[in-house]
Amino acid sequence: MPINVLMPALSPTMEKGNLAKWLKKEGDPIKSGDVLAEIETDKATMEVEAIDEGVLAKILVPEGTADVPVNDLIALIAAEGEDPGSVQAPAGGGGDAKPAAAASPADQNTTPGGGHMSYERVNEAPGGATPTQGAPAKAESAKAESGKPNGAAPAESGGRVFASPLARRIARQDGIDLSAVRGSGPHGRVIERDVRAAIAGGTAKAGAPKAAAAAPAAAPAPAAPPQKAAASAPAGLSLDQVRGFFQKGAYEEVPLDGMRKTIAKRLTEAMQVAPHFYLTVDCEIDALMKLREQLNGSAGKDKDGKPNFKLSVNDFIIKAMGLALIRVPAANAVWAEDRVLRFKNAEVGVAVAIDGGLFTPVIRRADEKTLSTISNEMKDFAGRARAKKLKPEEYQGGVTSVSNLGMFGIKHFTAVINPPQSTILAVGAGEKRVVVKDNAPAVVQMMTATLSCDHRVLDGALGAELIAAFKSLIENPMGMLV
Amino acid sequence: MADTYDVLIIGAGPGGYVTAIRAAQLGFRTAVIDREHLGGICLNWGCIPTKALLRSAEIYHYMQHASDYGLSVEKVGFDTAAIVKRSRGVSGRLNGGVGMLLKKNKVDVIWGEAAIDSAAKGNQPGQVTVKETKRAEAPKGAKGAGTYSARHIIVATGARPRAIPGIEPDKRQIWTYYEAMVPEAMPKSLLVMGSGAIGIEFASFYRTMGAEVTVVELLPQILPVEDAEIAALARKRFEKQGIKILTGAKVTKVEKAADSVTATIEGSDGKSQQITAEKLISAVGVVGNIENLGLEALGVTIDRGVVVTDGLGRTNVPGLYAIGDVAGPPMLAHKAEHEGVICVETIKGLHTHPMDKGKIPGCTYCQPQIASVGLTEAKAKEQGFSVKVGRFPFAGNGKAIALGEPDGLIKTVFDAKTGQLLGAHMVGAEVTELIQGYVVAMTLETTEEELMHTVFPHPTLSEMMHESVLDAYGKVIHS
Repeated sequence: MPINVLMPALSPTMEKGNLAKWLKKEGDPIKSGDVLAEIETDKATMEVEAIDEGVLAKILVPEGTADVPVNDLIALIAAEGEDPGSVQAPAGGGGDAKPAAAASPADQNTTPGGGHMSYERVNEAPGGATPTQGAPAKAESAKAESGKPNGAAPAESGGRVFASPLARRIARQDGIDLSAVRGSGPHGRVIERDVRAAIAGGTAKAGAPKAAAAAPAAAPAPAAPPQKAAASAPAGLSLDQVRGFFQKGAYEEVPLDGMRKTIAKRLTEAMQVAPHFYLTVDCEIDALMKLREQLNGSAGKDKDGKPNFKLSVNDFIIKAMGLALIRVPAANAVWAEDRVLRFKNAEVGVAVAIDGGLFTPVIRRADEKTLSTISNEMKDFAGRARAKKLKPEEYQGGVTSVSNLGMFGIKHFTAVINPPQSTILAVGAGEKRVVVKDNAPAVVQMMTATLSCDHRVLDGALGAELIAAFKSLIENPMGMLV
Repeated sequence: MADTYDVLIIGAGPGGYVTAIRAAQLGFRTAVIDREHLGGICLNWGCIPTKALLRSAEIYHYMQHASDYGLSVEKVGFDTAAIVKRSRGVSGRLNGGVGMLLKKNKVDVIWGEAAIDSAAKGNQPGQVTVKETKRAEAPKGAKGAGTYSARHIIVATGARPRAIPGIEPDKRQIWTYYEAMVPEAMPKSLLVMGSGAIGIEFASFYRTMGAEVTVVELLPQILPVEDAEIAALARKRFEKQGIKILTGAKVTKVEKAADSVTATIEGSDGKSQQITAEKLISAVGVVGNIENLGLEALGVTIDRGVVVTDGLGRTNVPGLYAIGDVAGPPMLAHKAEHEGVICVETIKGLHTHPMDKGKIPGCTYCQPQIASVGLTEAKAKEQGFSVKVGRFPFAGNGKAIALGEPDGLIKTVFDAKTGQLLGAHMVGAEVTELIQGYVVAMTLETTEEELMHTVFPHPTLSEMMHESVLDAYGKVIHS
C-alpha cells in the first residue's frame, strides 16, 4: 500500500506549478518533515515536505517538469515493511480522486464577464453568516474529497477498502472504483455520501481514469446546494489540509461571521483583480498641526460649553484627498468592466476599525464640505460603525479611501484597494524627523503616506500627480480652508 | 472573572444535561442552568412519567383479561392517587439521578431564569444573567442568581404545549400534558385534540382506565407522521377499544360549563357536531421556548419559531448555539441529546457531521405501540424512489401468539435499485423496543442482503423484522 505524493497547492490560487528539483532520490528513506522536492510557481519557490515515513519508491514526475496540475501524483512512498521495488503507480493516477477540490478556487474566482466585480455590503447585518442546511453538506463533500494534508492517497489501491454495503452496491451499479473514493465515515470507511459525491463529481470512474481527470468536477451534484453559500472567499487550502499542519488541540476553531467572510472575499478579489502599485511620499505637517491648533482654539462653544468641533489630523487628510481628486480629475474615477466611471465630486471612504472587522463609511462631496462638517460627520460615522448601525448607503461606493494606522505607531504601510474604488491612501504616524532643509539639518514633523492605485484606472504618472496634489495640500493647509 | 465557563447550557432537559455531561467529559468547564427541573419536560412531565402511567394501564388491561391466560383475579380495580404517585415517584427518582450524574461529572447547576446579554467576541466571553425563579426550589448545591460568563453558550430551552386561541388550557377543564399527568380522579369522558404521540398516548391511557374518549385530528390520518398503513391499523385497534376518532375534523368552539366542556367540531364534510366531555386535553403540538432569552437582541436568526443552526448546533452568532426542540423538529428527546453531543464535539474541534434527521426513530407508547424510522412508503415514492415493500403480520409469529398479542404489523420499505433500507414502520406489542435494530442497520448502511444474512433469535418478536425484509424480496417463510 504505497503512499501517494501529490502536487501540493502552495497558494489559494495555485492551479499548477513547476517541479523544480527533487531533493530525494528513489530508494532514499523518508522521514516525516523531510523536504522531498522544490516546487516553483510564478511567485515563489516552495518546499514539499513529507508527512509520512517510508522509502521514496518512485518518482513519477521528473524534475524540471513545468505546469504540473495541483493534485497530480508526483511520487510514491513505500510504507514501512513494503518492498519499494514492487510499488506501482495506481492505474487511475492517485490524484484523480479529488479534482473537485482543485477546481473549486477557479470556480469561485471567475465572475462572469471577466474582471467584473460586484459590490457587496460588508455588513449585511451582523448576522450575514446565516447558516444554511446546505453549507455543512457542502463542507462535508469537500472534506470527503480533499483528504489528508498534502493530499495523501485515497483508499489504498489494491488493499482492502472499507466501505458500507450500500456504498459498495451503489459503486458497483455506477461503475465507481471504491479504492479511489475517500471515505468520510468512521475510520475512513467509505459510505453512501462519499460514493454519491464521487458520482456527482464525475471522478473515480473505474476503467476511465484519464478521461475523469481531464473533466474534473465541473458540474456540481444536481442536488448540491449553491456553491456560493458555502465558501465566501476563494478557497485556499482545504480545512483538512490546514488542520493537518497543526497539532489537534493546539487551536480553537472560530466560525466566520458575515463581515469576516465578506472582507476575505472582497479583498482577495481586489488583490487578484485590481493590479496594485504603490506610491509613497513624506509630508511635512508642521503647518498643518499649527493650523489645526488655531482652528480648534477658535471653535465656538455650544450652551454646554462644548466646542462645536475638534478637528483631527485625519479630517485634514480626508479633505486633502477630496480636493486632490478634484485637482486631478482623471484620478477621480473607478473601473467598471469595460469603461471607467469618472466623478464630479469627491467621495472619500474612511476605514474605521471595529471589533472583529472594519467599515469604510464614505464622506460624500469631501471636496466641498468644510473641515468641521467632515469632522462631525466622521465622529457620527465612527460611533455608528462601532455599533454596526451604519446604513448600507453610508458605506457603499467611494472613489478612494483613507486608512490611518498612525495611532498605532505605524510609520509606513500599504493598503488593499476596497472595490469598487480605485485608490486607497495608507497613512502613517506623524513624528518628528531630522531632515535637510536649506542645506542644514532641521527637525520637522513628518507623516508618510502611501497610495495604492488600481493600474487599470491610474498609471504611475497619474497616481504620482494625485499624491503630489495631496502632499501639496497637506503641507500648505490653508488651501483647504478656501 | 471568577465564573467564566467554557460551556454554559441553558436548559437541563434531556438535551441540555446530556450535552453538559459530554462537554465535561471533553474537559470543558461546564454549567447548566434551569428554572424548574433537572431532566426537563421529558423526565418530569413527558416521556418518563407517561410511561409509568401507561404501564399501570397495561397491567390493569392484563388484569381485566387475566382469564385469557388462565388466571383469575378476584376484583379488578385501581387507585388513581396511587397510580399518579407511582408515576411521580419514577420521575423523582430519575430527576435525582440526573443531579447525581451532573455532580459526578463536575457540572455546575445554576438555578433561575436565564437571559443572554452577549455572545463571546474575541477574547471576551459571552454573558448570561440569571434571575431568581419562583417556579421551583433549587436543588442542593446549585448556584443562584447572578451574572455568569462563558465562551460558548448553548440554548437548550426545549418546548411547551401549543395553545390554540379560544381553547387556552385553564388547568381545570382544558388540560395540557401537565394536568393530564396528575389527574385527581379519572374523568368519565375526555376529548383529545390532536392525534400525535402525546394525544394518542393519553387517549390510550384514559380509555384503558375506563373513560369515554374522543380523539379529534385536523388531518385525514391519525398519527400524521406515521406510515398510512400503520396508522390505519392502529386506528382500527383504537376504535375496537372504544376510542371514538374523528379525522379531518376541527374544533371550532369550546364552551365551558361548571364541570364539563362542550366542543363544536366541524368535519371535513362541513357538518358540525357537538361533543361534551368532562375534560379536554389539548395536544396540538409544542412550540420552542425561544422567548425572553435575548436572542432577538443578539441578532440570532429565527425562522418560524425555530432557531436556525448549521446542523452542528451553531447559530449565525459566533459563540451561540442551539440544540433540541428550539433548533427545530423532530422535537424528540433523543434527537436533542444527539444534537447536543454533536454540538459540543464540534466546539471541541472533533470531526463531526450534522445529524441525519432521516434516521431518527420515533416511538408512541399507546396500546398497540407504534414505532418507526426513515421514510414512509408514501414519502419514499414522493421522493422518486421505486420501492420494494415488505410486510409481516404479528399473527405469523410464534412469540407474538404466545404473548397473546397477535395483532400488529412490521413493514419495511427498500429502494428497489440499491437495496437501501429507506424506512421501517411497526405497530404491535413491544415494537418500541424492536425499532432500534433497523436504526442500527440504516446507520451502518446495510442493504437487504446483510439483513437477510443476519440471524435473528427464535422465538422472538424480532424474527418478524427478518421476515418483513424477506417479504420485500419475495422470500418470506411464515406468511
